[in-house]
Amino acid sequence: MKYYTYFPGCSSSDGGAKAYGASALAVAKALDVELIELEDWNCCGSTPYTSTEEMASFCASARNLALAEKRGLDLVTPCSSCYVILNRTNSSLKEYPELRAKVDDALAAGGLEYHGTTRVRHLLDVFVNDIGLDEIASRVKTDLGGLKVAPYYGCQVVRPGPSFDHPEAPQSLDRLVQTLGAEATRFPLKARCCGGSLIISEEDLALGLIHKLLDSASSNGAEVVITVCPLCQTNLDVYQGRVNKRFKTSFSLPILFFTQLMGLAFGLKGEALGLEKCIVSAKKALAGRVGR
Amino acid sequence: METKVQGSNSLVEELCAIPGGAGIRECIQCGTCSASCPNAGSMDHTPRELIAMVRAGMRDEVLSSNAMWFCASCYLCTVRCPRAIKPTELMHALECLAVTHNVSNARVRTPTMYRGFSDFVYSLGSVHEMGFMTWFYLLSNPLRAMRMLPLALGLLRHGRMSFKARRLKPEAEGQLRAILDRAETLGGVQ
Repeated sequence: MKYYTYFPGCSSSDGGAKAYGASALAVAKALDVELIELEDWNCCGSTPYTSTEEMASFCASARNLALAEKRGLDLVTPCSSCYVILNRTNSSLKEYPELRAKVDDALAAGGLEYHGTTRVRHLLDVFVNDIGLDEIASRVKTDLGGLKVAPYYGCQVVRPGPSFDHPEAPQSLDRLVQTLGAEATRFPLKARCCGGSLIISEEDLALGLIHKLLDSASSNGAEVVITVCPLCQTNLDVYQGRVNKRFKTSFSLPILFFTQLMGLAFGLKGEALGLEKCIVSAKKALAGRVGR
Repeated sequence: METKVQGSNSLVEELCAIPGGAGIRECIQCGTCSASCPNAGSMDHTPRELIAMVRAGMRDEVLSSNAMWFCASCYLCTVRCPRAIKPTELMHALECLAVTHNVSNARVRTPTMYRGFSDFVYSLGSVHEMGFMTWFYLLSNPLRAMRMLPLALGLLRHGRMSFKARRLKPEAEGQLRAILDRAETLGGVQ
């Protein structure tokens, strides 16, 4: 059994990506990994808080790190944005003593202390590098029958880094897909941007980026796309219909969380993995493939 | 090598005092950031231009630019910059300065969206997506809110919308609030 402190983030806990949280926990259990949720964690702040009230955002983020320190385990999150923001707080507090002094001051108002001892990890990193592909391979029970999967990393799981994989040509997810018995398709835009939260305020701009991604995945033969980030999944799945309308395309690409694909390979039930929560149904792509 | 920065330049000084901002003095204007940026085409000034303008002391033009508000934080410029500047951090810092100095830009909706998100973090300690989205669309443009309805219904039908916001325990909420209120008195990150 391996133990980690778990930081689901707003979206994967009870938001639009709750299927990510549910499948992450189910898969972790199957791998003898215990993800112990950080009690009363708060939002990491993400880009919006960082870009409007930087001081407060550092403090909000540092509260989580200070709480996590008490347990002494690595802090694991399935969300790429939480991953970047919490790591950024750790590194900035180490690098800038004056900032550190102010954050210490603010944390003290809440009776907390920060010592910088908690390592922040992405769930993909933990599965691929701590548990390992051999162990994962040994849990595969269902033949995915060479399902063609586009491994979509997006940005923040590998950038700005230092990260566990290459910033522009990462491989972890590709290797994981092969380990699960599926085929990782070529996907030139696999580490390019989906537009992030700009889908809310600048929809036209983000739709253009999403269109490029869907086109790149689809034209290289992908039957499904897997993601490692709640927002990437939302943008590619929920807005796929809008892309089709806008660009007169007919994409029908299911967008799964990588943990959902792992769960399918491990023989876990679709309902436990929240597959029915995909807006673009994965049924057709998986029919005759999974659970044969 | 440190390239020349115009005489007394308060904007450069301000940026240099912010974590990650000092790199602006190192820029060699190669344009790698602009070429890497997926959204440079929508910006009134590319990231390279914006850095040049900061160094030329064009304070008002920089803070009222739409450029930083189109940054999607993809960090491609940051990993490619040959001078190890962190243009993404500069963009965030410029956004904060624009907000602090109340420089508004009627053409961009992102500041409103960011402020709304931040208000949720401050008041609830977490972001209730449905509440936040409803708030933003109604505020920014009720017509857009109507256009979002089909999408919202789809999310609802697929069990992806929670009506109830996640709440921290009262003592944890109080703790976060105490920390954030104290943070506000500390005079920024400089």
